Amino acid sequence: MARYDSLLDACGGTPLVGLPRLSPAVPKGAPPVRLWAKLEDRNPTGSIKDRAALFMVRAAEEAGRLRPGDTILEPTSGNTGISLAMVAKLRGYRLVCVMPENVSTERVQLLRMYGAEIIFSPAAGGSNQAVATAKQISAEHPDWVMLYQYGNEANARAHYETTGPELLHDLPTITHFVAGLGTTGTLMGTGRYLREKVDGIQVVAAEPRYGELVYGLRNIDEGYVPELYDATVLSRRFSVGTRDAVLRTRQLVEVEGIFAGFSTGAILHAALAVAHEAVRDGRRADVAFVVCDGGWKYLSTGAHGGTLADAEDALEGQLWA
Amino acid sequence: MAIEIRIPTILRSYTGGAKVVEGAGDTLGDLLTDLDSRHAGLKARLVTDANALHRFVNVYVNDEDVRFLGALDAKLNDGDSVTILPAVAGGAFGFAAAAAIASHGASRRAAVVAR
Repeated sequence: MARYDSLLDACGGTPLVGLPRLSPAVPKGAPPVRLWAKLEDRNPTGSIKDRAALFMVRAAEEAGRLRPGDTILEPTSGNTGISLAMVAKLRGYRLVCVMPENVSTERVQLLRMYGAEIIFSPAAGGSNQAVATAKQISAEHPDWVMLYQYGNEANARAHYETTGPELLHDLPTITHFVAGLGTTGTLMGTGRYLREKVDGIQVVAAEPRYGELVYGLRNIDEGYVPELYDATVLSRRFSVGTRDAVLRTRQLVEVEGIFAGFSTGAILHAALAVAHEAVRDGRRADVAFVVCDGGWKYLSTGAHGGTLADAEDALEGQLWA
Repeated sequence: MAIEIRIPTILRSYTGGAKVVEGAGDTLGDLLTDLDSRHAGLKARLVTDANALHRFVNVYVNDEDVRFLGALDAKLNDGDSVTILPAVAGGAFGFAAAAAIASHGASRRAAVVAR
């Protein structure tokens, strides 16, 4: 399909491409182990979040919660805001994003270009400050509609109804699905769909490991797990540090020509881990992983060049996924 | 060779400020008991009375979440690296979103959080 009635109709249907150079070599006669990249940067605003944004807005419209001219309020560190801004523009809503100061400047520029208004929460003080800011704004504007991607079932459903079926259609032999763990929507929705359809499917999560300054927790009880998260959908969960994420992001563009953001590097790190295990165990594997977005929005961090240590320093204190 | 354990800032009061401590044990449960013998009170912050990992604690063995490796029964080997982190799935900003939705109008909340 190459023709659509509107940009919103062009959401999803992204290519799945093989990575013959990054896939690990197997001994002669051993079953193949192959890596496949789902290019979610090919969505209308350049990230996987377009799927969730579109589904959440449609669900709110169908439930009568959103009417033309309404204001949507969403705390977001970037891609969801950009996706919502595009959908809001085309569907006739105003969007206000609350975001921390420590996100890349390109994300801010993009949001403004799509017409979103931004309220910054101070980076210093970490999440506690962001919590206070978001609470204050939502209390001041009870009429604004919050879609709340962390607890909105339409977020996960977007992937159950689109990402999952697309993957199975393009790769019926899939053995592993690897994606990033943020709102958990991608993994919950796609994971549930694949578990229903594919015997023995491994659903693997890669979560970014930031420096502790980013979190700013005072004690364990301030921890947070998104309402959407259901651990039984996952088979395994990896924590990936900044250095590994940057290393893999660079490897992906150097070896396979795919220029992705750093969260994709973290996901590739986990995908390579399970691929190499399959080689070691002599098992066949078709490992599909998500390329969440392109690398463009992160160029200003400077983390694409220099040594890995430089890149780690450049991303210190930033939300890179 | 021993097992290296990385301690998050919020628990370093139990380790005299140390970021990394060493311990021994065949399983994660054994390791935490061993640690508690030198850093009294640490285990109680990580494990509930029902002998399960605290909901807001994530423990990783060589970067993999132990909840998928048997939790407290997860097998350990000398040379493993164990990392303890507060649970923040969803990234730091999930907190802000959750807090904002909690303070939003009650009618809105009922409509939004369907689960």
